[in-house]
Amino acid sequence: MIRPFGVDEILFLLQSAGWTLVLTLAASLLGGALGLAIALARVADNPVARELARGYIAVLQGVPVLMVLFLSYYGLSHAGIELPPIVAASLSLSIYASAYLGDIWRGAIQSVPRQQWEASASLALSRAQQYRYVILPQSVKIALPPTVGFLVQLVKNTSIVSIVSVVELTRAGQLVNNVTFQPFKVFVTVALIYFAICYPLSRVSRRLEGSFSVHRSG
Amino acid sequence: MSIVVVEDVRKRFGANEVLKGVSLDVDRGQVVALLGRSGSGKSTLLRCLNGLEVIDGGRIEIAGHAMDYHPGKLRELRMDVGMVFQSFNLFPHLSVAENIMLAPGIVKGSTKRDNRALAEKVLDRIGLLDKIDAYPDSLSGGQQQRVAIARSMAMQPKVMLFDEVTSALDPELTEEVLAVIEDLATDGMTMLLVTHEMGFARRVANTVVFMHEGKVWESGDAAALFQGARTPELRQFLGSTLK
Repeated sequence: MIRPFGVDEILFLLQSAGWTLVLTLAASLLGGALGLAIALARVADNPVARELARGYIAVLQGVPVLMVLFLSYYGLSHAGIELPPIVAASLSLSIYASAYLGDIWRGAIQSVPRQQWEASASLALSRAQQYRYVILPQSVKIALPPTVGFLVQLVKNTSIVSIVSVVELTRAGQLVNNVTFQPFKVFVTVALIYFAICYPLSRVSRRLEGSFSVHRSG
Repeated sequence: MSIVVVEDVRKRFGANEVLKGVSLDVDRGQVVALLGRSGSGKSTLLRCLNGLEVIDGGRIEIAGHAMDYHPGKLRELRMDVGMVFQSFNLFPHLSVAENIMLAPGIVKGSTKRDNRALAEKVLDRIGLLDKIDAYPDSLSGGQQQRVAIARSMAMQPKVMLFDEVTSALDPELTEEVLAVIEDLATDGMTMLLVTHEMGFARRVANTVVFMHEGKVWESGDAAALFQGARTPELRQFLGSTLK
């Protein structure tokens, strides 16, 4: 039976867009926390930590996120660990996000001049205090625009988890199309919903680029 | 009594030995001008004194602390040894008051109100009380450097190190910074200064240490050395800088 593309179908798409947001949020938070650890390890004094973080970033940036997803879903289930699709999807996206955010934040931390480390060290601050009060506040301002830019990419990349039958926005579009046979209407609607999520983020990112400089004026 | 003891200190960067056995003694309240051409090791020596550079040999004792690169020990030493840099290095995201209050607040654990009073006191002393809530990028180079000195003073160090603190400044801004340092000297602060300001060194320093090729080439009473250098290298150095 062919159904019309009506209010119910649109509501279903919007509801599934909620899962897209949930996935984005989970990957941002978990990926962000992991990414911060990666960034700090990447600039640590300990060469082992530095190399491990460098390898982590290199591998994950050189591998399609789809492979991470297949490994954490099919691979783990083959090994006897069954993760619910939404969990496997969130984990995969978090791992993917952590590598990119880790690299963005490493760059931001390293762009704070060496003299800021020396000045704060000379004032008897500990390493943790240097990060907390001097280095990270300056890094955040540098990192904010590329971070928001990455989150826009992340929103769109959540679409790949449709492949492990998580019904997020893209998967919902396919399902609706299968029963309505209105591909043009359905996927334009899906595209518009993505746009409605991403465009404000892009605008924020551009605004931040313009208004933030490292030197804050009083 | 010596407050700074440097004994046969060696430091190399790769194949380049920058300090080739430097020894030095500084008494409490002394103002020491470290002179020498660039590459003579004077800035490196200064950076070794608060552990920014790790020495390869010899012994350093400063403000009652034997040099120990364990992080906790190094922090204890740095609480008593202030340092001011050529490029000011104020924290750009913090106001003048916050720059000054940061370290006393988190390192010494003083209360915010005490700290604000402390910031007001040191800023008043350097004549920048009206800039207390300004941000570094709205200040001139000379003002930034004065704030950097005030920030260091707020930790109430026993020894202060000045690393070419006027070299990045226009000549007309140099005087205001030197005046602050001179005021500190008059007050009895023990100071070691790497400087190219010969007139200032002559006026304020009571001891001159002339470094040449990674060694203390000649040192002694400032007035005497400026009058008559013993080594031809110092004579030549003074001749080329004192016109």
